[in-house]
Amino acid sequence: MKMIVSTLLIALLWAGAPIKDGYDVGDTAADFKLKNVDGKFVSLSDFKAAKGFIVIFDCNTCPYSKAYNERIIALNNKYASNGFPVVAINSNDASQSSGDSYDEMVKIAKKKEYNFPYLIDETQSVAKSFGATNTPHVFVLTKELKVTYIGAIDDNARKPESVTKKYVENTVDALLAGQAVSVTKTKTIGCGIKWKRV
Amino acid sequence: MRKIILLFFLALNASLYSQSIESFKLAQLQNIIQSPSDKILVINFWATWCAPCIKELPLFEKLNQENKNVEVILVSMDYDLDPNIQKVERFQARKKIQSRILILTESDPNSWIDKIEKKWSGALPATLVINSKNNKREFAQGELGEAQLQKLITNVTN
Repeated sequence: MKMIVSTLLIALLWAGAPIKDGYDVGDTAADFKLKNVDGKFVSLSDFKAAKGFIVIFDCNTCPYSKAYNERIIALNNKYASNGFPVVAINSNDASQSSGDSYDEMVKIAKKKEYNFPYLIDETQSVAKSFGATNTPHVFVLTKELKVTYIGAIDDNARKPESVTKKYVENTVDALLAGQAVSVTKTKTIGCGIKWKRV
Repeated sequence: MRKIILLFFLALNASLYSQSIESFKLAQLQNIIQSPSDKILVINFWATWCAPCIKELPLFEKLNQENKNVEVILVSMDYDLDPNIQKVERFQARKKIQSRILILTESDPNSWIDKIEKKWSGALPATLVINSKNNKREFAQGELGEAQLQKLITNVTN
């Protein structure tokens, strides 16, 4: 009897355990090794001087990615020299979205003169481990890869001049100043990552 | 004369498809979600720029026409990137969409996405299925196939 009860209890506990769907704020991210648009492989541990990272799941084709493209470039221009580089990752399945192929990534990085890595996540394993769902989807990490912010770049996709809450900038500014991050999670409308069909 | 007749038919054609586009605020949408209904509500969040959304649209149109126990509502999220509603009206006319279309005219998505559905990241497409008679609710993010859509309906039916 005791055994049945404990078996049932275990079953109940098991069923009640939350399904882990990527990282939450406070989790420590796993480093990765992905191919950059210059053909070389990049890991976060390569950035010896970094104080943290602005990891952005992005792509070439999504209208939201296009709307935020200049703002992503500006984020790197503003914060890379302060120790918070942008690391952009494209996880879209190119067989469903040909404009997101590696060759197209190389083209856009050249055209827009990206001075940050633009990595291809061909197996989609990095997007899955982070729990990225949208493009663009930002994860701000500390040097120790602790997740401190997940969400949107700011609160106005359409009009950069009408932005009132610069979520990512506020996060990085707080981290650089050694202060607490006030908004740690936001949501926004965006393109779903194009997952491979199983 | 010929010109006038042509204009008349053009106007008629436009009115056939454009009259059902409604601009909605969040509270109105929440009201639809929370109000009792004899039918199962299938609310699909989409946008004219979203390729997988457009791909799955015929499924929702078919469902709306063939299943009399279901009401499909297509909620356009175009406004966030482009407040020009006519783009959605032109799309509706071109694709001859029969299901009810609403345009959610709200800014600052972070302030309202959770109020529609906590499980939703904001990625499109997304689909909410509600049976107000038994308070069952299903939510799916990403492009649906016919079997997946049917399963959501079955899940809230029993």
